[in-house]
Amino acid sequence: MADAPKRTPLYDLHVELGGKMVDFAGWEMPVQYPMGIMGEHKQCREKAALFDVSHMGQVILKGDNVAEKLETICPQAFTALKEGKARYSFFTNDDGGIMDDLIVSNAGDHFFVVVNASMRHQDIPHMARHLDGVEVTEIFDRALVAVQGPKAEDVVGTLCPAARELKFMETIVGEINGVECRISRLGYTGEDGYEISIPEDKAVEIARAFLADENCEPAGLGARDSLRLEAGLCLYGNDIDNDTSPIEASLIWAIQKRRREEGGFPGAARIQRDIADGTSRKLVGIKPEGRAPARQGVEVQNTGGESIGAITSGGFGPTVGGPVALGYVATADAEPGTKVNLIVRGKAQPAGIVSLPFVQQNYKR
Amino acid sequence: MTTYYSEEHEWLTVDGDTATLGITAHAAEQLGEIVYVEQKDSGDTFEKSEEIGVVESVKAASEIYAPVDGEIVEANEALADNPAKLNESPEGDGWLYKIKLSDTSQLNDLMDLDGYKAFIG
Repeated sequence: MADAPKRTPLYDLHVELGGKMVDFAGWEMPVQYPMGIMGEHKQCREKAALFDVSHMGQVILKGDNVAEKLETICPQAFTALKEGKARYSFFTNDDGGIMDDLIVSNAGDHFFVVVNASMRHQDIPHMARHLDGVEVTEIFDRALVAVQGPKAEDVVGTLCPAARELKFMETIVGEINGVECRISRLGYTGEDGYEISIPEDKAVEIARAFLADENCEPAGLGARDSLRLEAGLCLYGNDIDNDTSPIEASLIWAIQKRRREEGGFPGAARIQRDIADGTSRKLVGIKPEGRAPARQGVEVQNTGGESIGAITSGGFGPTVGGPVALGYVATADAEPGTKVNLIVRGKAQPAGIVSLPFVQQNYKR
Repeated sequence: MTTYYSEEHEWLTVDGDTATLGITAHAAEQLGEIVYVEQKDSGDTFEKSEEIGVVESVKAASEIYAPVDGEIVEANEALADNPAKLNESPEGDGWLYKIKLSDTSQLNDLMDLDGYKAFIG
């Protein structure tokens, strides 16, 4: 792990644009640009923002019955996933915990998978080991950029009209400036938008073409985190991990009915039991009443002073205009409206359990 | 009045045995957009290197450590409602405290502006 941080095909562009580069999961990535995290966050909510997410792992799965085989390591239904559709998924372990979350797309003659940067080293061998007869190929020669926000359709659609026709969680191969790109209508901000996989030698040219649009500005990892937090989207390693079941994490919506009933994935017994009996803790939205942000690790107490859980992600929500957090609390205290206290630097700060998301998601259904 | 600077990126403008204390423009720039400031109350006493407040940006929380021994005379209450003042005017309206110095000889351990400029490179 002492290796020098890796650089994405857009590294030089980030530096040129004034990006403040930091080491993130072994990659040198922009945390922000001169506009600043708040400005970039608002840019994405109001217009469009371009994020470099090339540090994420892009993987192609080829072979017979890939969908059936994926169902042995994920609790999602893939055999029913039509060509051109993408699905939010996760790998589960034998205890029903989450090994990583990922996006799986049916690309026709193959499946296209995107996994977290920090978990590439685990996920690629995991798939290779368990997907018998499937060719698992990690792609190293393509960048991945996200264009997100209410103007994303215009920014991307101007260069690739076919992208306008996509609905949320649909994917196509489209031409941008004469280059074949995989364009998927999804993201990690709660806004409408796209993630676009681009051959590395054309990545700068196409990123510049998006940025040439007056409505599109670059945004870094800082804004990406505050945007996903306001949208109530989990971050792997913070809000979900090997010890959290998807039911505790309020991700039951991501396990399709047939899989809930039939099982047949790692940890199915525990997950089915969690569905039937409920869980003792639950991931919820937590809104501090004051201005003090409550960050990862902050203890949550009920109003009687008993410890009932902890914050897993927390910070300032620029659109909300105040602090926001996600955390696990005892199920008895998980109802929206419940008053709790957050122990920030030894002081109890009043907060309330709220329903997620903090900011309404704005997907093109 | 003389202004001193600490390696913890604070400035201290001293008048006799009282001083105004804040974070430097360099520190404010490094922290990014500040969204919350936690301050001590007037009357609180502190020793050098003790935590006397917390400044939180969108990204992270950073402690403020006392550059000298002293007592809080006044906390800048305007920061509670408008923490962005720390970015807009860190070495002016965005001051953190007026303090009373316990031992003015401790000022000899601090830097002048040229020394601080060299320190931050």
